[in-house]
Amino acid sequence: MQTPAHAGVFLFSPAMIYSLLVMSAPASGQGAMTAARFARAALARGHSVNRVFFLDAGVANGAAAAVYPQDEEDRLRPWVELAEQHGVELILCIASALKYGMLDEAEARRYEKPAATAHPAFTISGLGQLVDAAAAADRLVTFGG
Amino acid sequence: MAARKRLLLLIRHSPYGSSLARASLDVALAAAAFDQPLSLLFTGDGVLQLLPGQDSEALGVRNPGRLLASLPLYDIEQVYVDAEAAARYQLDLGAAPVTALALERQQIRELIESHEHLLGF
Repeated sequence: MQTPAHAGVFLFSPAMIYSLLVMSAPASGQGAMTAARFARAALARGHSVNRVFFLDAGVANGAAAAVYPQDEEDRLRPWVELAEQHGVELILCIASALKYGMLDEAEARRYEKPAATAHPAFTISGLGQLVDAAAAADRLVTFGG
Repeated sequence: MAARKRLLLLIRHSPYGSSLARASLDVALAAAAFDQPLSLLFTGDGVLQLLPGQDSEALGVRNPGRLLASLPLYDIEQVYVDAEAAARYQLDLGAAPVTALALERQQIRELIESHEHLLGF
């Protein structure tokens, strides 16, 4: 992590708050993994990432049961690490999540589906979470779309 | 909720070709519900959302034109369209489901600069 630069007696910290909007599917193109790398790089430079909001095809990034090719980068683990090691909030848009079959325990029960399909590092919630994150962020960065 | 930031939604997808067309309008409605100032800019194939007289019944999907017509009810009044893209599709903006102000390239640049957050759909 970078230390804040000193300017005279003042402590000058250029750290910014980022929100990410991810609309790229995990197994198509590079958008989603670029988003995860962006988040990691921002954190490594002392910035904060207040929330990653997954919308449309992006919600499939939370698929707990997806098995990616062994000789390729795992597309779930980078997100789980961001949540577990850095406390980054991962939110799946509920309207998109239902359409893509991404359910947590509560939604699986509500719609009488056999199992939860979203990884527990992800939370299923509404678009208000995107609006709220954007309002608190210095920068909102869109991936995909 | 922290300080309000002006959002600009850049809408580039045609109404029936991608679920992102609908997703962008859902984000607009959510932002409006939380009293966030926002503007919409239809550009590229996205201008096709402004086609008059859309009928989506045979497709079995919701009519986005009807949703667009309701935007003023949610206090979404800042609706813009890329004049160049609208001309390419020979759109009759006078008959569009929602009133959209046509902007030339330089005006689009100024519009983007006047917003804190840009969401590209």
